[in-house]
Amino acid sequence: MSGSNTQLQRYALAVLSHLILVAAWHFFVVYGEIPKIVMPSPYDTLHALLVPNYRWLENIAATSIEIFGGFLLAAVFGILIALLFSWFRWLEMFAMPLLVSLNMIPKVALGPLMIVWFKYGIWPNTLMAFAISFFPIVLTTARGLREVEPDLLDLVRTLRGSRWQLFVKIQLPGALPYIFSGMKVAAILAVAGAIVGEFLGSERGLGYLMLQVQVTLDTAAMFMAVILITLIGGLLYGIVLGLERFFVVKDARIQ
Amino acid sequence: MSEAFIHLDSVKKVYRTRGQDFLAISEATFDVEQGELVSLVGPSGCGKTTLLKILAGLHGFDGGEVRIGSQSQPFNPARDIGMVFQQPLLLKWRRIIDNVMLPTEILGLPQDASRKRAYELLDLVGLKGHEDKYPYELSGGMQQRASIARALVHDPKLVLMDEPFGALDALTREKMNLELLHIWAEAKKTIIFVTHGITEAVFLGTRVVVLTSGPAKMADNFEVGIPMPRTLDVRNTEKFGEYTRRIYRLLGME
Repeated sequence: MSGSNTQLQRYALAVLSHLILVAAWHFFVVYGEIPKIVMPSPYDTLHALLVPNYRWLENIAATSIEIFGGFLLAAVFGILIALLFSWFRWLEMFAMPLLVSLNMIPKVALGPLMIVWFKYGIWPNTLMAFAISFFPIVLTTARGLREVEPDLLDLVRTLRGSRWQLFVKIQLPGALPYIFSGMKVAAILAVAGAIVGEFLGSERGLGYLMLQVQVTLDTAAMFMAVILITLIGGLLYGIVLGLERFFVVKDARIQ
Repeated sequence: MSEAFIHLDSVKKVYRTRGQDFLAISEATFDVEQGELVSLVGPSGCGKTTLLKILAGLHGFDGGEVRIGSQSQPFNPARDIGMVFQQPLLLKWRRIIDNVMLPTEILGLPQDASRKRAYELLDLVGLKGHEDKYPYELSGGMQQRASIARALVHDPKLVLMDEPFGALDALTREKMNLELLHIWAEAKKTIIFVTHGITEAVFLGTRVVVLTSGPAKMADNFEVGIPMPRTLDVRNTEKFGEYTRRIYRLLGME
């Protein structure tokens, strides 16, 4: 009973801190007589949603596709490549250093190139989100697959267990906490990647919209866009967290 | 005279590091009969874990003879070995019952019958009621009990234990010693138990094999003439003291 009570208290406190931030924001703007161009009130920010010209839904959809698409690509390919690395050690020794070098490239610097190669649109921005979130997943997954207790390996070996059994029963489930810890980092990076892509060149998306309203000094709409981007990122992170709760036993989770 | 269940003759193992030979075991010669509980005792670096791994078929060796099983006592190395390590090494993501089931899954044994056996073994090791818990919900001693059940679940003929209670606190360790004797009596397995605890070695063993280090070799092999079942009190008897002194003397600690 007390367990669920403290749980409830934790949620209540978390909601409270957010509400206090919004309230502080409101009072700061209203009583500080801050001009709307510098900082809109929460109410003005919400009000920006009513401007039909901004085509919020379309822009939300575009940015969401880029973030979720880029993240999904990174998760699928990241995990796949790490699996290949664990199966073929020579491949890891061959390709991992190359990946590390490639990861040194600031992904943002690739933006103009992406535009040259893929033109404006959702696709290059998805690729940007992918490029920036791919590496952490490879790295953590590869590490997780490597971490098998030597004695556990002996145990499987005395039973003449196959490599496949070792992989399915011990290696992969053991790597799950690492995979999720990589995906949590990747979720946050994917958002940054997509928005940077939109800043550099696009004709849709919340990042694109921000550049448009910057010209007209509609700060409220910029605030709204930032909040929406944050919400999309929060949704993705929440999904990853939920999946982790479902798949990974409490004790094994990497905080 | 019939052949022993396990027969070791002048077993030798050499490790080669940076061109230097390092003698890990030599002159290991002893027999183990089925149903014995043999303590392998010695200081660190005496090769007792190496010897255990040779018996498990995990390591090769460089001389001598190792034979397990005989015409009348068949032994299948693929499924007649159970292992217990210093760490319980339970899989964090599996419930206790499913951890115990692991060897039967790897061996492809019928799962319904194995599950029934796993429940019985968890009862035997004193974990009844904890079957559906996760390892982190159990204390270190309880986790080690589960790992003993895991080592027995596929009904192996030989159980190899590598300092299984070394990581436990002294009190839990004594309790586990008693438990192990009980499990051994019930399960009727041949157990080889590696330890560096001299008292533990004598208390548990029907036979004690003493290994010394520098140079690594087998120094003694004697039967412990204290009848089973044993209680903690036997450690205060004169006979028990004689055995432990005998080992201390061999290890040059008297």
